[in-house]
Amino acid sequence: MSFFINQLIIGIQLGSQYMMMALGLTLIFGILDISHFAHGHIYMVGAYLLYTFSVLAGINYWVALPICMIILALIGVLVERLVYRPLRGSPSINTFIAAIGLLLAIETLVRGIKKDAVRVPVPVDRSVSVLGMSLEVQRIIVILGALLILLMLQWFIKRTRLGIAIEAMAQDREGASLVGINVNRISALTFAIASALAGVAAVLMAPLGAITPEMGNPLILKAFVIVVIGGLGSMKGAIFGGYILGVIEALGVAYISSTYKDVFAFALLIVILAFRPTGLFGERAA
Amino acid sequence: MKWIKEKLNFNLLVGLASLTLAALLPLLLQRTSGGKYNMIVLTYAMIWAVAACSLNLILGFTGQACLAHGALVGIGAYSMAIMVERVGINYWLAFPLTCLLTAFIGFLIGLPSFRTRGPYFAIVTLCFNVIVYATFENWTWLSGGLAGQSFEVPPVLASRTTKYYFVLAFLALTVVVVRQIIKSIVGASFLSILSNESLSEAVGISAFRNKLLSFTVSCFLAGMAGALFATVSGRVDYSITSFLHSFNILVYTLIGGVATIAGPVIGAVGLYYLLDRIKGFGEFRYVGFGVLLILIIIFFPRGLMGGINQLRDWVKEKRSTKVAPQGEVGS
Repeated sequence: MSFFINQLIIGIQLGSQYMMMALGLTLIFGILDISHFAHGHIYMVGAYLLYTFSVLAGINYWVALPICMIILALIGVLVERLVYRPLRGSPSINTFIAAIGLLLAIETLVRGIKKDAVRVPVPVDRSVSVLGMSLEVQRIIVILGALLILLMLQWFIKRTRLGIAIEAMAQDREGASLVGINVNRISALTFAIASALAGVAAVLMAPLGAITPEMGNPLILKAFVIVVIGGLGSMKGAIFGGYILGVIEALGVAYISSTYKDVFAFALLIVILAFRPTGLFGERAA
Repeated sequence: MKWIKEKLNFNLLVGLASLTLAALLPLLLQRTSGGKYNMIVLTYAMIWAVAACSLNLILGFTGQACLAHGALVGIGAYSMAIMVERVGINYWLAFPLTCLLTAFIGFLIGLPSFRTRGPYFAIVTLCFNVIVYATFENWTWLSGGLAGQSFEVPPVLASRTTKYYFVLAFLALTVVVVRQIIKSIVGASFLSILSNESLSEAVGISAFRNKLLSFTVSCFLAGMAGALFATVSGRVDYSITSFLHSFNILVYTLIGGVATIAGPVIGAVGLYYLLDRIKGFGEFRYVGFGVLLILIIIFFPRGLMGGINQLRDWVKEKRSTKVAPQGEVGS
């Protein structure tokens, strides 16, 4: 039983990471109709930034966290300005292809600079015992950190003027610009928020595994799977989908096989698409 | 409509001229010192051109971006190698069987995938590619792991030159087949889905059925590319099923010119050869690859051939104002 609970906690922690990535994607999709396929690579850049600051430059982990978030937010704004804005109004498949170009460029650039996997030391290198089993503190930090970010995001969107503007644009872009909402500024802001979310996920998760130039690939696929499963553009779907996938994956690895770790998500996607093509919470067809 | 006829004849002429040129090239290459190596590079380039043409059918002419073509080529290559080496089927029988098998697998993949549209179809097919890759990576009894599955080609195809001509013949065949499909009534339904899916549904064209048909044919051709790959390389390992190949095929098709007959061929042969030439840059080559892809999709969404066609139409329009401007199909 304690083995099961342990796996469940690992699943929730994985799910927290997936949720933060899927939230960013679904924000960008819901507001701008862009399939930002390079989002996983933004995450990868975040992990390498953490490595640069905390290992190479020796800055404290908790100071490096906001720095990485801000830099990634700026990168997100840049990506929106240089890659996606010129493509506004063109077919969605063109945007997707541009994202693939971006992904290839980022991944090979990073691999060209630093080919080998790197690691970042865990900031709180301790385990606590809960219900008779030991649990790494970092995993708890990931789970709680993700919840905190989730609450902050909800507050921002529901309670601030900018957040309400974002929601207005998600509902009706033309109507929003008619009442004086600056579409360009909101697009940039959306990318900044989504990239900063990826930054939090990267900084929190990076100490738990190796950092490689390819780490964004499985992550982005799973995040997209979650977005499709949850329903396109649905934040609720991204949150629940993220946790569901994380738990399924952790239990699958524990009870079936770890070799097929990345396959569970895609099998789940095919099953759900076969029975409910609009996803769990969505009205729009995928 | 006379000028369309002229244009067709002109295209045919260019096609025949390039085929002749490609057929004569080995005679020239055999005389130079680096020519033999270049011939192998060109042979591989033509295999990817077959794959790019097959992607063009589903992406360019039906508007569905499939990102499983790397896996499909890989399935083709493996089924060829396994059928000949382990099952012991004759090479010439295994070849069409491979194409049929890949088409059938493509059909099965298409059934759930075409419930989604646009970028989400691309993601679902990419997921399939990842599943196929993970399967071949882990089922070493099937794939032979890193060592792969060796493969002995019939003696007729043993030499470099015959391989070159063999692949060239299949490339020419692929181009002709794709062209004939596009000019046929089925091709017209594909193009109508590309232009406007809901409208074509409204006039009684089943989008699902036509997409599935286009995809199955595309997979048939991708399987052929795989069989050719196994023939030329003589060994298949699981890295062939990687989704990086899917991305590469996509880039070849787009840069050459999506929804044109010649575009994928020019893109694949040109880019593959170019990338091999600048091998010295290592990984950084692909940074340029990615940036180029972004620039192409922003500034020339129809690639090299699309740009040339636009230029030609523009010149035609300038010369004779009588001809009404022809609308582009889709985007």
